[in-house]
Amino acid sequence: MQIKAEKLRVCYTEGNPVLSNVNMEAVQGQWLMLLGPNGAGKSTLIKALSRTIAYEGTIKINDRDIKTIPPRKLARVVGVLQQSNPVNYAFTVEEIVRLGRYAHSNGIFSKPLAEDEDMVNQALEWTGLNDLRSRSILSLSGGEKQRAFLAQVFAQNPSILLLDEPSSSLDLKHQQRLFELVQKWLSMPDRCVISAVHDLSLAKKYGSHALLLSKGEAVAGGRIQDVFSDANLSRVYSMDVRGWMKDMLAQWV
Amino acid sequence: MLPCPIEYMHVMKREGFSLTTHILLIAAVFAALIVSVSVGSVLLPFDETLRIVWRMLTGSAQQASSSSAILVHVRIPRVLAAALTGASLSLCGGAMQGLLRNPLADGGTLGVSSGASLGAVLAIALGISIPGLPFAATTGMAMLFAFLSMLLILGLSYQFDRSFSTQTLILMGVIFSMFTGSLISLMMAFSGEKLRSITFWTMGSLAGSTYENVMILLAAIALFGGVLLLSSREFNAFAVGEQNALHVGVAVRRVKITVMVAVSALIGVCVSIGGTIGFVGLIVPHMVRLLVGPNHRKLLPASAYFGAIFLLLCDLIARTVVSPLELPIGVVTSLIGAVVFIGIFRRKAKGG
Repeated sequence: MQIKAEKLRVCYTEGNPVLSNVNMEAVQGQWLMLLGPNGAGKSTLIKALSRTIAYEGTIKINDRDIKTIPPRKLARVVGVLQQSNPVNYAFTVEEIVRLGRYAHSNGIFSKPLAEDEDMVNQALEWTGLNDLRSRSILSLSGGEKQRAFLAQVFAQNPSILLLDEPSSSLDLKHQQRLFELVQKWLSMPDRCVISAVHDLSLAKKYGSHALLLSKGEAVAGGRIQDVFSDANLSRVYSMDVRGWMKDMLAQWV
Repeated sequence: MLPCPIEYMHVMKREGFSLTTHILLIAAVFAALIVSVSVGSVLLPFDETLRIVWRMLTGSAQQASSSSAILVHVRIPRVLAAALTGASLSLCGGAMQGLLRNPLADGGTLGVSSGASLGAVLAIALGISIPGLPFAATTGMAMLFAFLSMLLILGLSYQFDRSFSTQTLILMGVIFSMFTGSLISLMMAFSGEKLRSITFWTMGSLAGSTYENVMILLAAIALFGGVLLLSSREFNAFAVGEQNALHVGVAVRRVKITVMVAVSALIGVCVSIGGTIGFVGLIVPHMVRLLVGPNHRKLLPASAYFGAIFLLLCDLIARTVVSPLELPIGVVTSLIGAVVFIGIFRRKAKGG
C-alpha cells in the first residue's frame, strides 16, 4: 500500500500558489505528519490528497492515478476526518456512522449487509460511543462529535486515513483519546495515516514520518527524528523551537 | 422461553418505514381523498361516494344522477390533482432542504416556482405549442424555466457565499420571484384574454383540473419523484455536509445535477397545472422532520404522504370556507405557511 504525490501544485487564485512542487510519499505502517506554520499548505495538501480541491501534478495510490478512480471506489481506500463538521439536522450518532458504509454498498437497490451492521457496531464500540448511538449529533460536545465522525471513518474501513487538524478545537483529554484511537487503528495491517497537525509535541509523540512545509513548499521530509532537526525547525518557524519547548516543559517540572 | 439467540441480534436494522407503516399512511391519504370528494357545494355521505368511485373504477353502467356527474367530472380529478401536487411539492422541498442542508429551501423560497410560472406564461402568451400534444409546450417550458431559474439562483448565491447560507439563498429567491412576477404582469398587460388571471400564477388554483392533468402529474411523480426517493442515502450524506458526502464516496456533482433536474421537472409540471402554490414544499417536510427525524429514508416518503393530505385539506378549505365563492388554494397554503414559516425561523434564530 502506497500513496504518492508528485509535483503537486494548488492555486486558489491565479498565479498565487498555496502549494508548489510538493512531492510526498507514505506506505503502510507509517503515520506521516504534515507540519509547518499557518499558511504553510498542510490542510491544502490533505484536501488535494482527498480530491476535495483541484490540483496540478499527480497523486497515485498503488501506482493508479486517483483521478481515474470513481468516488465510491476511492472512498473504500481513502477516508477523511475533517477539522470540524457543522451539522444542521438532528441525525443520530448511529446514522452518522452508518454513512461510512455508503462506499461499500453497490447502488440504489442494494440491501444492507450483515457486514455493514458489524462494522457500524464495531466502530461505535471502538470509539466508546455505544451509549450515545441514539443521541442526536446536535446534542454532543465538540469532542464527542469529532469521535462520531472518527467512528464514521472507521466504519468506512479505508487503508489510508487523512486527518485535517483533527484535534485543533478539542480539549486535552479528547485530543489524547483521538490520537490513541488512531494509533490503535494504524496498528492493524496495511494501513497508513497522513495528518496535518499544528502541535509539534503531538506530532513527535505519534508520528513516524514527517513532511515539513513552508509557504507552500516542502522543506524537509523523511523519518520524524531526522526532520525535527534544530536547523530545519528554526528555519521554518523562525525561532528556536527546541529552546521554547524546553522552557514550556520546565514549568511542569 | 429462552432469550433471543445471538444470531437474531444481528437482524438488519431498516432505516425506512415498515410495510405496515406505509399501508397506514396510504390509508390516511385514501381517507383524506374520500372526505375531500364527499364534501363540497354538494354534500354526499361517504358510503355514497365510495359507491360512485367503485362504479367508476369498475366501469359498470351508472345512473346519470347530477351528484355523481359532479363527482366524476369535476371533483374527483381535482382532488386527485391536489393530492399529487401536494405530494410532489413536498417531495421537492424535502429534497432541496437535504441537498442544500438548509431547512428553509423550497421551490417557493428559492424562486424556482416563479421561474416555472414565467416559462408557462411565456409559452401561452407567445402561443408556443407542439401539435398533437396540447399541454406539452406549456409544461415543457415550465420545466425548462424551473431548471434555468435554479441554475441561476444557486449560481449567483454561490458567487456571493460559498456555503449557501439561508440569508443569501432566501434573499436571491425573493429578488428573483419579484423579478419574474413583474415580467409575468407585463406579459399579462399585453396578452389580453389568452392568459389565466394573475392570481392563478401567483396564488395557484386546482379548479378545473382534468383527468389528463392527473395522468401527467402521476407520470411525473412516478418518474422524478422516484428518482428523488431512490437518492435517500445521498440526501442523508448531503444533509450532514457536502464535503463529508464526498469523503464517504458520493458522486457529488452527478447527484446534484440529477436532483436539480428531477426537482425542477416536477415543480415545472405542478406549476403548469396548478399555478404557484406556495409554502407546501417548505412546511410539510419541516413538520415531518419533527415527527420522523432527518433521515431521508423516512423523511421523503412521509413528506409525500403528508404533502398529499395537507394540500387535500387546503383545497377543501379553499372550496368550502366562503362557498359559493372559492379562494385560490395558494391563499390558504400561504396563510398557514406564513405563520409556520415564522415559527421555523424563530426556532432557527434561537439556534434550535
